Amino acid sequence: MKVWKYGDNINTDMLFPGKYTYTCSTAEEIKPHLLEDLDSSFSKQVKVGDIIFAGKNFGCGSSREQPVIGLKAVGIKAVVAESFARIFYRASINQGLLLIECPEAVKAYSKGDNIELDVDNGKIIVSGKMFSFPKLPEEILAIRDAGGLLAYTRSKLKKK
Amino acid sequence: MSMTFVEKILAKYAGEKNVVPNQIVTVHPDHLLTHDNTAAIIQKIKPELKEYGVCDKSLSIIVLDHVIPAASEKTATNHKVIREFVRTHNIGNFFDVGAGVCHQIVVEKGLALPGKLLLGSDSHTCSYGAVGAFSSGIDRTEAASLMLTGETWLKVPNSIKMTLSGKLKLGVSAKDVVLHIIGDISASGANYCSVEFHGDVGQFSIEERFTVANMGVEMGAKNAVFLVDDVTKKYLGSIGISGSSYDPIYPDGDASYMQELEYDLSGIVPMVACPHTVDNVKPASEMDGLEIQQCLIGTCTNGRFSDLKIAADILKGKKISPNVRLLVLPASKKIYQDALRAGVIETLVESGGVVLPPGCGPCLGAHQGVLAPGERCLSTANRNFKGRMGCKEAEIFLASPATVAVSAIHGKITDPREVIKK
Ligand code: SF4
Repeated sequence: MKVWKYGDNINTDMLFPGKYTYTCSTAEEIKPHLLEDLDSSFSKQVKVGDIIFAGKNFGCGSSREQPVIGLKAVGIKAVVAESFARIFYRASINQGLLLIECPEAVKAYSKGDNIELDVDNGKIIVSGKMFSFPKLPEEILAIRDAGGLLAYTRSKLKKK
Repeated sequence: MSMTFVEKILAKYAGEKNVVPNQIVTVHPDHLLTHDNTAAIIQKIKPELKEYGVCDKSLSIIVLDHVIPAASEKTATNHKVIREFVRTHNIGNFFDVGAGVCHQIVVEKGLALPGKLLLGSDSHTCSYGAVGAFSSGIDRTEAASLMLTGETWLKVPNSIKMTLSGKLKLGVSAKDVVLHIIGDISASGANYCSVEFHGDVGQFSIEERFTVANMGVEMGAKNAVFLVDDVTKKYLGSIGISGSSYDPIYPDGDASYMQELEYDLSGIVPMVACPHTVDNVKPASEMDGLEIQQCLIGTCTNGRFSDLKIAADILKGKKISPNVRLLVLPASKKIYQDALRAGVIETLVESGGVVLPPGCGPCLGAHQGVLAPGERCLSTANRNFKGRMGCKEAEIFLASPATVAVSAIHGKITDPREVIKK
């Protein structure tokens, strides 16, 4: 597992350039352009189970869910950041991409550190040091447990 | 219990007496805005649309604006798919190519009203706080789900009260105010919060309030709102909406805010947001002399009549620098026509401007004015992210229409107060 480390204000144009927003929407179309203007090695080297660590305001900018779909599709296990922008956060809930807001863990991390995640108990261990992150509210867990928002909506429609 | 604007409006839509920050509520928005991304949204729910249809045909507002006229076979096909969807599901609020930028259309057509709740799959949906509505951006999947069910959840945000006092100096505009605020509190300074503007805001027209609310998301805000006053009522009257058709919401005088900030407007100077973040702001005077190759006046931030007029007044009888392209982008057909009638377009073209069709144009880097490596653009838009205008080795600077117009003449970033002296 590799940890990809980035700074503050990683915006949606860095995660997935705006010029592709109306031509790429499936995971396969999105993957080669992920983080294209931020880190050209990312899309070539990312592996299932990798984690991203970032600073403040990760995902700020446009309402653009392609990066969320793409990060989920390449197998990113979690994005751990000091804070997230709200539209990106919501998009991640809806796609089932795990975001962990834990500034202490981000600050504690340095290159090469070993990371362990215990999502159910809200714990992240960075090189032996343990940090907690808050549990998501029930309403949001229901969406996650259904496998994302559309699956959740479909089951609601069926019940009607 | 005392409540802020956002607490009151979310309580109303949740059917609760009170709500508190961080509470999750279920709401049925009045409208859902989608644009060219409607094609991708409906693609996600094709079988469900076939089986259940849309939950309410008056929910959707669809505007084709992002890549218009279509720039490729793919974008043309998107538009075609959207038109078919609109016909099949009988969507009344559909605005085809040439009507204008979605956010401008929503306000101009009276679809965002005081006390209403709107969501949209575009981050600048927060603009409608200009007329006292609650509005916020969501993602495409959320929009798809809303089309089917008409309901979603919202977390009640904390509120920030920003009191603007004093009067703006000549040559300084609402754009400079919002750039100054973002520079002060940072691009994440209002993350997840509702921003309320108080104080001497009566001096700001709806157009100016629009510019400020539009950039709420650039400070991370969930929504940004100007409370309804005589200026709002007069504006709504001018677009044919009577006071009886809306119900303004005001915060309680003793509501509690997470943060209270005060800004002295008389101390604000023309500002420029430098690459590659919106909070990287500097006084225009400090950037003076930096060469630029492209200027853009338009977008949902500053493409309204008053913006074009300010630029035309500066450019009248003058020519832009031969080293600069000046792109002019009216935010709607109505603005375009008003500007034509007033001779504003003629002045801008005469001075060397190139007029693009009402829409988003080069703002998102998809077409119409993409930059080359090493070039600099001075733009009235709201975002200067790396690669935003289609080239990651180009630089985007953000400023007011006055700063852009004066700078276009010199081919260099220039403090507009050098020209606007009386
Ligand atoms: S003008 Fe620019 S910021 Fe506004 S809606 Fe269009 S692309 Fe977005």
